[in-house]
Amino acid sequence: MKNSFLMRNPSTLIFLAALAVFTIVVTALSEAFGLGLISTSFVKTLGKTLCLGLVAIAMDLVWGYAGILSLGHFAFFGLGGYMIGMWLMYERTRDIVISSMSDAPIPPTAEEITDAIGHQIFGVVGSSEFPLIWAFADSLVLQLVLVVLVPGALAFVFGWLAFRSRVAGVYLSILTQAMTLALSLYLFQNDSGLRGNNGLSGLQNLPGLEAAPQSVVSIWFLWASALALGLGYLLAAWIVSGKFGSVIRGIRDDEARVRFLGYSVESYKLALFTVTACIAGIAGALYYPQAGIINPAEIAPIASIYLAVWVAIGGRGRLYGAVIGAGFVSLVSSWFTGGQAPDISLGFYTIKWVDWWLIVLGLSFVFVTLFAPKGIAGLFDLAAHRRWPNRHGADLGPDAGALREREANE
Amino acid sequence: MQDILQEHSALITKSSRMTIAPAIAAITDSELTQAQDVLQAWQSKDIWRRTSDGLFFRAEETAAGSYLLFDFDTGETVGEAQKTDLKQLKPNSGVRALIGSALVQFQLQDGDPVRRLAALTSIQRDPSSELLEPLRASIDSEPDADLKAQKQRAERLLTIAYDTDESARVGAISDMSGDLGVDLRATLNPLLETKVQVFTGEAPNALNIARRLAPGEDISTKAAYDLLVTANLAPARIDQAEVRATLGVHISEGRVGGVAVEDLNQPEARARAYAALVAQGLAEPDPTSAEIEAHLGAHQFVEIYKEPSQPVTTAASEALDKILLKVGMNQALDLILDGLSLASIYFLAAIGLAITFGVMGVINMAHGEFIMMGAYTGYVVQQIIPNHTVSILVAIPLAFAVTFAAGVAMERLVIRWLYNRPLETLLATFGISIALQQLAKNIFGTQARPLTSPAWLDGAWVMNDVVSISYIRIAIFILALSFLAIFLFIMRRTRLGLETRAVTQNPRMAASMGINPNRVNMLTFGLGSGIAGVAGVAIGLFAKVTSELGNDYIVQSFMTVVVGGVGNIWGTLAGAAMIGFLQKGIEWFNPSNTLAAQTFMIIFIIIFIQFRPRGIIALKGRAAGD
Amino acid sequence: MNTLLEVSGVSVTFDGFRAINNLSFRIGPAEMRAIIGPNGAGKTTFMDIVTGKTKPDQGRILWGEKSISLRGMSEARIAREGVGRKFQKPTVFEDQTVHENLLMALRNKRGPFAVLFYKPAAKDLVRVEALAEEIGLHDALWRKSGELSHGQKQWLEIGMLLAQEPRLLLVDEPAAGMTPAEREHTTNILTEAAKTRAVVVVEHDMEFVRRLNCKVTVLHEGAVLAEGSLDHVTANQDVIDVYLGR
Repeated sequence: MKNSFLMRNPSTLIFLAALAVFTIVVTALSEAFGLGLISTSFVKTLGKTLCLGLVAIAMDLVWGYAGILSLGHFAFFGLGGYMIGMWLMYERTRDIVISSMSDAPIPPTAEEITDAIGHQIFGVVGSSEFPLIWAFADSLVLQLVLVVLVPGALAFVFGWLAFRSRVAGVYLSILTQAMTLALSLYLFQNDSGLRGNNGLSGLQNLPGLEAAPQSVVSIWFLWASALALGLGYLLAAWIVSGKFGSVIRGIRDDEARVRFLGYSVESYKLALFTVTACIAGIAGALYYPQAGIINPAEIAPIASIYLAVWVAIGGRGRLYGAVIGAGFVSLVSSWFTGGQAPDISLGFYTIKWVDWWLIVLGLSFVFVTLFAPKGIAGLFDLAAHRRWPNRHGADLGPDAGALREREANE
Repeated sequence: MQDILQEHSALITKSSRMTIAPAIAAITDSELTQAQDVLQAWQSKDIWRRTSDGLFFRAEETAAGSYLLFDFDTGETVGEAQKTDLKQLKPNSGVRALIGSALVQFQLQDGDPVRRLAALTSIQRDPSSELLEPLRASIDSEPDADLKAQKQRAERLLTIAYDTDESARVGAISDMSGDLGVDLRATLNPLLETKVQVFTGEAPNALNIARRLAPGEDISTKAAYDLLVTANLAPARIDQAEVRATLGVHISEGRVGGVAVEDLNQPEARARAYAALVAQGLAEPDPTSAEIEAHLGAHQFVEIYKEPSQPVTTAASEALDKILLKVGMNQALDLILDGLSLASIYFLAAIGLAITFGVMGVINMAHGEFIMMGAYTGYVVQQIIPNHTVSILVAIPLAFAVTFAAGVAMERLVIRWLYNRPLETLLATFGISIALQQLAKNIFGTQARPLTSPAWLDGAWVMNDVVSISYIRIAIFILALSFLAIFLFIMRRTRLGLETRAVTQNPRMAASMGINPNRVNMLTFGLGSGIAGVAGVAIGLFAKVTSELGNDYIVQSFMTVVVGGVGNIWGTLAGAAMIGFLQKGIEWFNPSNTLAAQTFMIIFIIIFIQFRPRGIIALKGRAAGD
Repeated sequence: MNTLLEVSGVSVTFDGFRAINNLSFRIGPAEMRAIIGPNGAGKTTFMDIVTGKTKPDQGRILWGEKSISLRGMSEARIAREGVGRKFQKPTVFEDQTVHENLLMALRNKRGPFAVLFYKPAAKDLVRVEALAEEIGLHDALWRKSGELSHGQKQWLEIGMLLAQEPRLLLVDEPAAGMTPAEREHTTNILTEAAKTRAVVVVEHDMEFVRRLNCKVTVLHEGAVLAEGSLDHVTANQDVIDVYLGR
């Protein structure tokens, strides 16, 4: 069955092969296992890029396929990061506390250790008590479950409220943006229980594995990220290839028609919204240990909008487009803003890319929306001389404008 | 004057707080004009006595280290002397305080109203019991009505705080009752300060008792017992840190109190080890809960007013209750004013968006950046025209023109290609938004630029000590109202409004009737953007002008439009009012945490949308679409 | 005569305008009915009410043998109860193939999980082939429906409607923009369908209505003006005044 599925979707096969080759080549060039041509920090950047590819797939599912422009998926991504970050920080602090207390004449009790950990972690926000949400922080398994559960539950509750009242189109986008803003503002508070704007830090150190150098750990995470991306891609490709995919694309193109076919549009949207939130959470849980730190600024609404930008530039409605977009734009962005790009001297003014890159990005985004709605992935069509049906002016998403036209015809 | 001083020379030279009064009285009663100078010089240790003849002079040190002597009566220089020939008068602090209050009397009756006011202000700032009498003495002779009223008010407050006569104090309290002044509350509050005291057995009834505290109910058992410990009435409890330290001291051969050290990571093992130490007399025992109960039962915990007079505290507490009720009512009024001003800010920020989103169905994510452009336009104008009034009057139309042009350009270049594709419009305008934001950062830098309001907008309209509203906010309120009027006028009374409504309702029919929808869309978008620019000038007057200015308002603006209901200016008004009042209301409940207020507000809006998905004022029927 | 759908005393108001005013209507389980009426008579709003798109302010909508109320049900639920609707403008999913369109419409479980794990059974594929044959799109089965002509899209939509196997078909101006031959075919399909289920056709074209040869309901200002055979209603003086005799 799996064979036949892959055979029917050659692009999935090509993608998975490319991903495998990429991972092996990077490993072969890395400092830990290979020629040392790629620095550890760049391996981490590549690993993080794979995670961004995964969250971009989630975004593509929900936007490119189902037409829900969610401006909240990076919040789910961040929540996943927070959940794993809690365990990493707790365990690491515990190790530090135990080693510092081992010299004391009296061995510490469990309660004393917990108090000391609390003091270490929450000292920066003027507290030492463990908030309730840290109840499971000492258990890797439970926190891993929470990585999926917390974003999923938030997406479920929010989606249930929003879809139930038929909030769609730009309204939904604005509402998801508001949700993201509310979440990030909440986390910015010191008494949110997640260290306010300090966020969680030191996540690159794996508790119990202090002996492994970062160069090796980075390769582990690269493989884990590649595996997650591969599995996520496979899952997404499977979802969209069958009748479910047919229904959600139907919802994107004409929600009311799907409803009159007897499909409960709200349940489909809710299911997809929740599942993609879980995928985003997993991507975040792999991303932040490589980044080393997470703070509320990471989940500000702007990040979610950038996610939409990546998917749009890559080419929405196509899974590989989303991955290409996320990889391309985030790598190019970090190249330009990292100061590596050479300045351009015009004689009277020197263009510093650090200052001008965002302007270029913003305008190129407008350009893509206007002239290349298929994004980078559209180049593949050009190469394959593939033509798509003229859509007779119909739009990708269900929207007021199209409806207005129909009203006029009735 | 020299005679008076000589008369009391013994008292003056050997001055002490207990004996100096007659000397000071003699000086003040002399009714000589020099008296005040003498007292001031004395207080600042500038009076020296010549050893040779015992005469007093005011002295100033010269550059050469010798001293110039001035006569008090003539003010003339009478000679120069070396330090060895002089003896300085060094009144101690008690004496200086007495001199000070004598001086206050002079100052309060000074011929110069500025000095009288200064003296009064210093009394208000730093009241004390000695000042009461001089203040009272100065009231009747006060010629200035305003100063007189202030003096009377200060006299009442000092009476409440320091008068020795109980009934006078109670009378003053009831005189002032219902007054909203902060100074009155500052006077009354210390009277009601309490402290908790412990008594073995019954508390003496002579004390001014506020209330009796039952441990475990009014006061936590732990706090109550800690009080006993502080008063040395009960043995201290031993906390875990002390247990740990004590155990650490008594380790011998890997064991403490018969328990192996490595087992001490268990709480019960620790307890056992410590109990063993107690049994050996090596440690203090931790009182058991029964002992603690017994100690608590044997004592009474009483909250006692620091002010001994009961009638005074009763009157003060009643007066304060009355005041607080009134303050609460005024605070509610203040809150309403605050909410109103926030609502008008949101309305200003959102009205342009309501036009582009509501009327045209176009989401403009760059709307916030148009607000920012308006604010920067105001800043640039102020750099060129230094007069603030003129520059604001120039900036408002100019900001409108600049953002109108930007809006039209954006509509022509981008948005018109994306009509009927709102999600893509959202993303394209977002691209423009980040480009504009970065451009502003490149031009103006990241630091905040000032946009100064004209002087006549400084200050606030103060109703009383609780309710006040700054003139800028009133101006913004008026601006918001006039925008509402302008918008209604344009939509209902002009050709553009008619055409806009026609295009909104049925673009094809409008087009077939000779209306050019392109032109209408362009102008409507320009209008919405222009209003955003003017809003930017207004917002820049009270907020910091940075490239991120727009960011702070964009979500709230969207919320305003969505909550209010799309396509209806009254909906926008209602949305702005709801969000403004809501935010102020939540902030009032939890004033320390504005972040939480915003979080709760957004959650509230998300829930609100559940019940009215199309906003407060919703279009119904087939025209509303699905 | 037993009743499949009974609408009684339904009213709906849009911003003060009474689009439907105390309307009553009933149809049997295997019956063809044409609804005619001038513009603004409430024909489309009537369909909106039956399919759940518009919530009526008052009145009863009873369905089936057990007379369950359709009021308050979602559109999807009503569609699953067996009410199928064809819109005026052909609305098919242009981005998807004819096969996908038909498969989606096929009567099957509609829940997200059932659909996610759905694998087309042999009989489903046979049914899709048969439907495609019936609507003359067998050769176009694997083409994107966006590539079809206007008439073909109309057919596809009718095919999707039949695939739903509804007990009540609501058809809004099916013959608009069709050639005479295509109209003939449409009439045949509808009369064939009306043998096993209820069909309500909203139509302007009198010629087409005459060809359907069924009972006619005339709507005016949101209420039923006359009901009976076409000859009967066209002879009615009220109908002539408001509609025909202009």
